[in-house]
Amino acid sequence: MSAILECRNLVKQYGYFQALKGVNLSIEKGKIIGLLGPNGSGKSTLIKLANGLITPTSGEILINGKAPGEESKKVISYLPDKNYLNEWMTVEQLVGFFHDFYEDFDAHAALEMMARLGVRTGDRLKNLSKGTKEKVQLILVMSRKAQLYLLDEPIGGVDPAARDYILHTIISNYNEEAAVVISTHLISDVESILDEVVFISQGEIVLTSSVDEIREQRDQSVDGLFREVFKC
Amino acid sequence: MSWVFQNDRPIYAQLMEQIKRRIISGIYAPGEKMPSVRDLAAEASVNPNTMQRAFAQLEQEGLLYTQRTSGRYVTEDEGRILQMKENLAKELTESYFAAMEQLGYSRIQAVKMIAATEKGEKES
Repeated sequence: MSAILECRNLVKQYGYFQALKGVNLSIEKGKIIGLLGPNGSGKSTLIKLANGLITPTSGEILINGKAPGEESKKVISYLPDKNYLNEWMTVEQLVGFFHDFYEDFDAHAALEMMARLGVRTGDRLKNLSKGTKEKVQLILVMSRKAQLYLLDEPIGGVDPAARDYILHTIISNYNEEAAVVISTHLISDVESILDEVVFISQGEIVLTSSVDEIREQRDQSVDGLFREVFKC
Repeated sequence: MSWVFQNDRPIYAQLMEQIKRRIISGIYAPGEKMPSVRDLAAEASVNPNTMQRAFAQLEQEGLLYTQRTSGRYVTEDEGRILQMKENLAKELTESYFAAMEQLGYSRIQAVKMIAATEKGEKES
């Protein structure tokens, strides 16, 4: 299996603060990965580096073997941790916008999912509740046929029923040619859909393992292990 | 039957157990076609690779078989299914005895308790 995302000695420094301290990581196609760490551990920094939104201080990050750039943007579908879409646009317009913007966007699938979740496509984004906004964004992101999905806190603001639906969406969109990276601290909710977990703490990767390996070797859930490792 | 997972054991092993129970109870009948990995993973809200692993293991145990072109089927060997049912019943019985032992009941006392409960008598 080939790595879609690779980090080598990746360092990101903001002023005096080192957000990532030499991260080595390889993510293969066909996997759903949980990027797990407490607040401020470097999860979003890592995801932004993969997107090319910020550049490494030293070391490198590679998407399909190349530094992030025009090509990587075609294969990465990114869900940021905050809304970046135009608030005045209706859901329908947003679907059109994505359709124009991304070759791999499936507008039909997106509209179908919106309908299933009861999102009224004539509504403007600004009139939607926080949870509904999150659903709209996630549907747009998941309706692309990308090779790498980077989902930064995709389930933070939605109710448990919608959370289930979103996880369901992630599983049913799964394909062997794509990897999904989910950053979250709501571990027990995502645990059963993950292949592997990456624990990140204070800019360093402290553990990479498969979910069932953790359960087999330590007789505890990833959630339990996380609470142990990051005990305050 | 809904899919429920405990925290302290691998998910694939729990999937195997729950699929076995469905086969025993006839939800998946002998010779019947199984749902696809993807569909069943979505139904159980688990990672498709984990479901794949459970299927592969069940195939090794001879409870499922793959027909190259058309998918995966439940074994037609009803003797095999009966044997699995008995194994599961034995495991449940053993775990009952173990739990009773923790409460301080010997096996004989536990058996008496079962008989008494069955008759509707109250133990004091």
